[in-house]
Parts: sequence; C-alpha cells; structure tokens
Amino acid sequence: MLTVIGKRLVQLVPTLFFVSVLIFSLQQLLPGDPALVMAGEERDPEVIEEIRRRYRLDQPLPIQYFYWIKGVFSGDLGESMRLNVPVLDLILQKLPVTLQLATMAMIIALLIGVTAGVVSAVKKDSWVDYAVNVFSLWGISTPNFWLGIMLIFLFAVTLGWLPASGYVSPLEDWRQSLATTIMPAFVLGNAIAGVIMRHTRSAMLQALQSDYVRTARAKGLEERVVVLKHAMRNALTPVITLGALEFGTLLSGAVLTEQIFTIPGFGKLIVDAVFNRDYAVVQGVVLVTATTYIILNLLADIGYILVNPRLRG
Amino acid sequence: MAVDSPMQRAWRRLKRRKGAMIGLGVIVVMILVALFAPLIAPYDPTAQSWSAVRKPPSATYWLGTDEVGRDLLSRIIYGARASLSAGVISVGIAISIGVPLGLVAGYAGGLIDGVISRITDAMLACPFLILAIALAAFLGPSLTNAMIAIGVTATPIFIRLTRGQVLSVKAEDYVEAARAVGNPHWRIAWRHILPNVMPQLLVQATLTIATAIIAEASLSFLGLGQQPPAPSWGSMLNAAQRFLVNAPWMAVWPGLAIFVTVLSFNLLGDGLRDALDPRAR
Repeated sequence: MLTVIGKRLVQLVPTLFFVSVLIFSLQQLLPGDPALVMAGEERDPEVIEEIRRRYRLDQPLPIQYFYWIKGVFSGDLGESMRLNVPVLDLILQKLPVTLQLATMAMIIALLIGVTAGVVSAVKKDSWVDYAVNVFSLWGISTPNFWLGIMLIFLFAVTLGWLPASGYVSPLEDWRQSLATTIMPAFVLGNAIAGVIMRHTRSAMLQALQSDYVRTARAKGLEERVVVLKHAMRNALTPVITLGALEFGTLLSGAVLTEQIFTIPGFGKLIVDAVFNRDYAVVQGVVLVTATTYIILNLLADIGYILVNPRLRG
Repeated sequence: MAVDSPMQRAWRRLKRRKGAMIGLGVIVVMILVALFAPLIAPYDPTAQSWSAVRKPPSATYWLGTDEVGRDLLSRIIYGARASLSAGVISVGIAISIGVPLGLVAGYAGGLIDGVISRITDAMLACPFLILAIALAAFLGPSLTNAMIAIGVTATPIFIRLTRGQVLSVKAEDYVEAARAVGNPHWRIAWRHILPNVMPQLLVQATLTIATAIIAEASLSFLGLGQQPPAPSWGSMLNAAQRFLVNAPWMAVWPGLAIFVTVLSFNLLGDGLRDALDPRAR
C-alpha cells in the first residue's frame, strides 16, 4: 500500500511543477510591458522601475521563474500592489471565511445529495426517482449567482428574515454568523448536491443488486436495515471521496457567491484583485487553490485505498 | 431489410428520450432566436429611453425595462447571441486543442504522453472558474478573451477524454490490422481511432457547452466578458442586483434564460450519453 501512496506522491511533483509554470506564465499574457500594466494607474517611472526590479522583468523568463518559485517555497507570494500587504497574509486572512462557507456548503450538499440519492435508488423508476432526477438537473443547471440573487430577493428583500449581505465571524456571534452564511452556503451546496445525488444513486443501485444485500434480505432482515446498514455503508465510500473532489467546484462557486453576498473571503479577494489589476494576488490565489485541490485529491485517493482493500496492491 | 447505421440507431434511441428531445427543441429555438434577433426583437437592445426607466412587464414591454429604459426582452434575445456563441466557440477552441493533444498523448505514449498528461493534471487542478477568471483577467476584459479563457480552461477535459479513449481502442484488432498493413500513424489516428472517440466527444462537448455558458455568464457578471452596452445575460444580472428592491424583474429574466439554456444542453447531453453508450444497448 505504501508503494501505491509513494507512487502517487512522486506523480505530484511534476503536476505541481506544471501548476507553478502555468500560474507563472499568466503574467506573460499581459498585453505590452508587464511592468507598465502591473503599475496600473500609477505612471511614476520609479514605481515602474521598482516593479521591473522586484519581478526581475529585465531577466530571461527561466530566471524570472526561478526567483518566483524560490520565493513561493519560502512563503513569499509577492505583495499586493494595492494594499501593500504580502499576498500570503491576505490569503491566510481570507481563507478561514471561505473554509467556513465551504464546510457548511458541503454539509448541506451531503445532507440533500445523499438522502435524495438513496431515496431515488430505493424507489427506482417511481415518481420520487423522477422528481429527484429533476432536482439534480436543477442543481447542476442553475447559475449560482442567479440563485443567490433570487434568495436575497425572497429572504432578505421580501420576507426580511435574513441579512442580504455582510459577514460576521462565528467567534464573534455564532447566530449572526449563521444568519449571514446560510444563504451563500445553500447556494454553493445546491450546486454540488445534484452531483452527489447522482453518484449516490448509481452507487446505491449497484450495492442493492449485490450478493451481500441479497444475502441480508434472504436472512429476513428488515428492508430498512438492509438499505441503511448494508447497502448504504458500501455505497457511501465513493461518495465521500467525491466530496473531496467537489471542493474545487466549491471554491469556483465561492468566487461569485461571495461577490453577491459581499462576504470577505477567498473568492471576493480574487475578484477585487482582478478589478484592481492586482496580479500578484490573482496568481497567489490560483496557486493556493490549485495546491489545496491537489492535496485534497491525494488525501481522497489515499482514503479510497485505505477503505478499499482491493486497491492496496 | 436495410441495416441501420450506428448514427441512425443512436438517433432512434435519442428520440425515445423525452428530456433530451425537449432539450434539443429548446436549443434549436434558442439558435433561431439568436440568428434572427434583429427580426424578432421588438426594440433596439441598446436604445435607452428615460421615459421608460425600470418599467415592470406590460403590453408595451413584455418583460419590462432596465435602469436606463432598455427593453429587457430585446436584450435577452440579443444576449442569446453572446451566450450561445461563447458556449460553442469556447468548446470549439477546447476541442481543437484538446483532441489532437489527447490523440498524440494516447497514441505516442512514453515521454510525450507523460508531459501532456502532467500538464493536463496541472490545469485540472485549478478550479474551472478561478482559472478562467485569472486567464480572462490577464488577457483583458472582452467577450473574445472570455471565450479564449473558457476554451483554454476546458481544454484538459478533452485531452483526458480523448487520451483515455485512444488507449482503450489502440489495442483493438482493427487498429492493429491497420498498423500491420503499413498505414502511417496520422492516418490510423484520424481514420481508425478518432471515429471511435466521436460519440464520447459529442456527449462531453454538449455538457461542456452548458458549463461554458455558465462560465461566460459568470465572467460577464464580473465585467470580464461582454462589454456594455452590448447585451449579455451575465452583465444584465449584475446590473439587476442593484435594483432588486424596485425592479426585481430585471433579475428574473436573464437568470431564467441562462437556466433554461444550460438545462437544455444538460438534458441533451444526458440523453446523448444514454443513446450513444454501447453498454446501454
């Protein structure tokens, strides 16, 4: 098993290398002189010279990359042009907010997705199954920024039950925190609930047709026990793994959701950075997201190997 | 008795799937609407009217008007052009880069495959919309750049799909036979392998158009796609957000348009998968 995990770790190195090259190359896309573009409104020749010096823009590309990646390894992701704060500090400051949102969204998605998936598998081809499928398509097809706007209209503007925007940390006031994050978390969770539902349904259908379920039924066990204890336990393993993989979707979704609900997280950070042409921040956010995603992917793989003896090799 | 071609069989199976046919119908209507927008739209989509600012839906303005008095129905109709072309063109970009690279990776193997596959992994490691936003931000805001950004971001999906399919058909007897009689590599890849990858490509392309339409709307919503005053569903929603209290209809229609279009592509994609999947036969 260790060899399998070791192999996966070795495979990570080139992937991470290419991720870093990809993100580094982004600044090559800037039209014209990057120093001039990165300076934004600031046309002071000294500032431009400082940018050119700091990013070694007068050096050949491989050397620029070398210094950039060297900085990344020592935790230096550059500095925000607008706020004059190290990019890493900004990211570390915003990350907990998005993680709170993502965790809540994942819980909502698993609750809805797994329940709906199990029910639709058990009631295959019934109207319930049909309704659940429609729900899943709805989840996948609804642009989350639209859903967000509509929820604000319903729950904040019309009913006045929840605040339309803003964020309160759970450490400050957990009730208020819940009130400010429940709508965005639902919007994010809704997007992946459909995917989780589809996977749960197909895993459950497979499990329900397996020999051990037939044996459990033959023993005269109650159908409820067969479904919940025997079939579901086996079917859920791939679904949990999928949860880790859907984290990327959550981060993507957070970009617009945070924008709509004005939540000061990761997603809002990248959008603000884009608007202010704060390119170091954009690069930093993409780098951290990609690395997080790769590590989660690896953990999901390891988890999958651990629970599935056939893959231990 | 005449023997059906695989295409005819697939079409017959697709026709039996109600959802897919509804999806296809809506898509055809949307395409017609986009093509004939100047004939269908009741007003000029960019014409402002200060006497008709934020009017609710009525007999004059079926879907109401926006904050500068432009007719929402006309803007939705013209907006279909931006959305559909963004969906189709960006997926076209992704296919035209991704499929050849996937063919080469799967067919050549070894170091070339290793490099292409790791680059693919690296791109897939960046969440779709975040990478698209980053690319669009660096390229500069415009609908064309948004399409390029979305297309490039979607490329690894097609590299991986094509490579996987190539690996699975590469060892088939008919490919071995084609190789044995001395066909050049490009010919084997083009004539014998690609046709076998087509069904899965078609399914993936349909589903990716759905993703691309949402991505374009998201980029336009952020101001990185279609630039004002040209209409796009995403930027219409952005404007609508500021007038939610006084003019909620401004938010309803563009969102509904995105939802219906994306849903239709998803329905068609699901139907195509069922119709083209050999295991379902």
